[in-house]
Amino acid sequence: MTLPHAEKPNLPVLSVRNLSIRFGVSKPVLQEVFFDIHHGETLALVGESGSGKTLSCRAIIQLLPKAAEVVSGQVIYRGGDAECDLLKLAGKPLRRLRGGCVSMIFQEPMRSLSPLHTIGNQVGEMLALHSELSKPARRQKVLETLARVGLSDAERAYKSYPFEMSGGMRQRAMIAMAIITEPEILIADEPTTALDVTTQATVLGLLKDLQKETGMAIVLVTHDLGVVANMADKIAVMESGQIVESGPIAPVLSAPKHSYTRKLIAAAPVIPEAVACKPEAAEPDYILTMRNVCKSFSLRASKPWQKATTITAMKEINLAVTRGKTLAVVGESGSGKTTCGRIALGAMQPDEGGEVHYCPRSGEMVELQHLDKRQRCAFQQKAQMVFQDPYSTLNPRMRVREALFEPMEIHKIGTPAEREARACEILGWVGLKPDMLDRYPHAFSGGQRQRLSIARALMMKPEFLVCDEPTSALDVSVQEQVLALLRDLQARLGLSYLFISHDLAVVASIADSVAVMRAGVIVEQGPVDQLFRNPLHPYTKALIAAHPEPDVHRPMDLNAVAKGAGSAAGWPEEFRLTEGKLPPLVTAEGSHLVRRFG
Amino acid sequence: MSEHFARPETDHPSEENDQSLGRDAYLSTRRLFFRRFRRHRLAFISAIFLIISYVLLPFVGFIAPYTPNERNSDYLFAAPQSINLFHEGAFVGPYVYATTGEADLTAFRWVYTADKSTPQKLEWFCEGGDYRLAGLIKTSTHLFCAPEGTTVFLWGADRLGRDVFSRILYGAQLSLTVGIIGIMISMTLGLFFGSIAGYLGGTPDYLIQRLIEILRSLPELPLWLALSAAVPSHWGPVTVFFIISVILGLLDWPGLARAVRAKFLSLREEEFVRAAEMMGATRSRVIRRHLLPNFSSHLIASAALSIPAMILGETALSFLGLGLRAPAVSWGIMLNDAQNLSSIELYPWTAIPMLPIIFVVLAFNFMGDGLRDALDPYQH
Repeated sequence: MTLPHAEKPNLPVLSVRNLSIRFGVSKPVLQEVFFDIHHGETLALVGESGSGKTLSCRAIIQLLPKAAEVVSGQVIYRGGDAECDLLKLAGKPLRRLRGGCVSMIFQEPMRSLSPLHTIGNQVGEMLALHSELSKPARRQKVLETLARVGLSDAERAYKSYPFEMSGGMRQRAMIAMAIITEPEILIADEPTTALDVTTQATVLGLLKDLQKETGMAIVLVTHDLGVVANMADKIAVMESGQIVESGPIAPVLSAPKHSYTRKLIAAAPVIPEAVACKPEAAEPDYILTMRNVCKSFSLRASKPWQKATTITAMKEINLAVTRGKTLAVVGESGSGKTTCGRIALGAMQPDEGGEVHYCPRSGEMVELQHLDKRQRCAFQQKAQMVFQDPYSTLNPRMRVREALFEPMEIHKIGTPAEREARACEILGWVGLKPDMLDRYPHAFSGGQRQRLSIARALMMKPEFLVCDEPTSALDVSVQEQVLALLRDLQARLGLSYLFISHDLAVVASIADSVAVMRAGVIVEQGPVDQLFRNPLHPYTKALIAAHPEPDVHRPMDLNAVAKGAGSAAGWPEEFRLTEGKLPPLVTAEGSHLVRRFG
Repeated sequence: MSEHFARPETDHPSEENDQSLGRDAYLSTRRLFFRRFRRHRLAFISAIFLIISYVLLPFVGFIAPYTPNERNSDYLFAAPQSINLFHEGAFVGPYVYATTGEADLTAFRWVYTADKSTPQKLEWFCEGGDYRLAGLIKTSTHLFCAPEGTTVFLWGADRLGRDVFSRILYGAQLSLTVGIIGIMISMTLGLFFGSIAGYLGGTPDYLIQRLIEILRSLPELPLWLALSAAVPSHWGPVTVFFIISVILGLLDWPGLARAVRAKFLSLREEEFVRAAEMMGATRSRVIRRHLLPNFSSHLIASAALSIPAMILGETALSFLGLGLRAPAVSWGIMLNDAQNLSSIELYPWTAIPMLPIIFVVLAFNFMGDGLRDALDPYQH
């Protein structure tokens, strides 16, 4: 690396060398981690959860957990003319460094701002700690910085509390807090993982602009190679505490040398540039149809005598899932996609007038909006759900055996021996071993738990599965495995999926047709190839543009994101959603529909 | 770092290493919980102390050298006696010295002098006052007692010449069980109201919440006083004891009900509960199989933390003379004797019953803390 020829005029502002950290007496969790970063550069630390990327960047400012012990290593910081080892700092110099020369942005914008203080107060605190400015001067500077991070009404942002802001705005406020002291190094720990894809794109764009203006160095921790390709100049890939590959971004991504890097790149979801045209069945055989489904919730007021407020979660939804195919519903949080999934399973009743029909392979069609007890029982065996959070989807008090048997117990199907045989068979399908039946959920990783969740859904030989963001809590490489499993099961068992996701790239790899939802309405729907080849709606375009591709030659198109991802009232006239005036869904081409006037 | 570096490939176990999980994978959360609890040294010791205390309760009559209301009029306010092993350098085994009391008429107090010339060896498995072992078997055998003509007052005697040590042991029977009975009542009520509020929500929740707030706003001590003053004076000590426990339980449930409600609300959001509902599980199955197992341990922890309040409540009531009444023996009743400032000054051992109260209350608090920490999955 740069060690032998350190006499170059342009020395790195930060060099981490041979950093090893361990907990207690166990084997080190970080082994000889090293990286350099120059002014104006972005270094991406990439790896799966548990690979030690967060630990290495926290070590820079000594924000390690108490049990962690630095075994060896140096963190050389060259600010101005001085050069010092950050690991040896303590007390006042350390406090001066934190937030002053090295700032940090955390992952969760909801939790990293104090709910009790205004944004202005929290951002200003950094100045109060790190500068000699007078109070009015501080206020002036905070307002300038808030404006600079793209909070349009800085005056209002200054006075608001975190709960009054959206996730993206909070992350902008966090960034303002980090850059107001003009640090030389900014550590961003998964800064956009908790954000919607369009918000992520704008926040990443902002970071890039700020870097251009101030020339700060950014250490970007992420698991998303797409983000890396769009942001970084250099990359360091970490696996179980070691850097397995590092170097400038282009060669690493285009010609990876290490098998782990290759694996990560292969797993990264990509929006296809061209999707093959699949022939549409002449007479589609729908397993589930939703016709004119609306759903409004009445929010119970805090006092029983107050009037309830009504919120419309979805309006005029018309969807159909073809037997043996996958329909994906895509949208940001709050777009009504989860409600859609619950209605499809009969767990929620649509408003008066909506119809949800389910046609089993054999037997008669049932109307989910008025099921009687016997029909509901039969339907629940045929339709199952896979949930989002692998950590809460299994009861921690139940062994895998009990969890898998539960659906059969509820419906009183099979003898214990038959249940056991079925469970073993299905564990094999999802890639787990039958001897895991007696384990408890805590003994499984996130990906394995999601496999168990799928196994539980399969116990009843269902025909229809609703997958509610089954991969969004998983690492990229595990996500690809779970998606492959779902595709494999579909081919083997002829399952039909209603796949709910916020990520168009995930959808591209599994869906046959897609419906894009925004603010409770479908703005565009159609076969997956047509939708990606020819997106018509500005919101769909924004979603596609905002997805960071793991390819340096396909940068995000922030312009398209800005056009489509803003409020629905800011769309071009023909697409605009205004109160009481909903543009109709019109046919663009075949079964490709878009919501617009004219 | 301007170069493209790649670490040479090593054999990385690509699959998760199942061996590292070992036996843990097959341990239930309950077993893991016990293992974590055992690591909590102070809590574990407290738990053992409490278990021993409760196990010994039926057999205190055997351990105590005297029966609770046995009076020795020659030994009013006798000072604590020590048990010695060696007399003038020679081993004689556990013995006491005989003491004789004399009234000091200038200071108006009893003064006891020990006859240090002859050691009086303690007798083992000797005959003493009658008592019922475990409340059933009538017997008069004691573990140890003083030889004829002497006394063994380990922690002194009170104003009627009764042995404080024996009375503390007997007092434990009532003082320790009052908390258990109280907590059972409070848990039943708390579980019932808490789960109704948590599961049904809406108006029942609203009403129960307000009821809890009203109960919590009442000043505790006057309310206890009023309720126990209402107990007719002719009722027997056992009835009074039971009523006191019920009163303490009735006033304690709001805290537990709140804990149950909060846990219910958070568990209902868990996806495994929704998954069970979507599979078609009935309400009672969801509660039985998914909700209760997941919060029973929480319930035990919060119950352990509220027992001390009950024990202190009983003590406070009896201290004020409104709880249990003689001839019943409880720590509070014994402290009632120590109300008089001059008697504490002259005979400080009459306040010794405070020590077991402090120890038991601390032990319950340590154990409750330990339980709670061991239950917290984010601890390790």
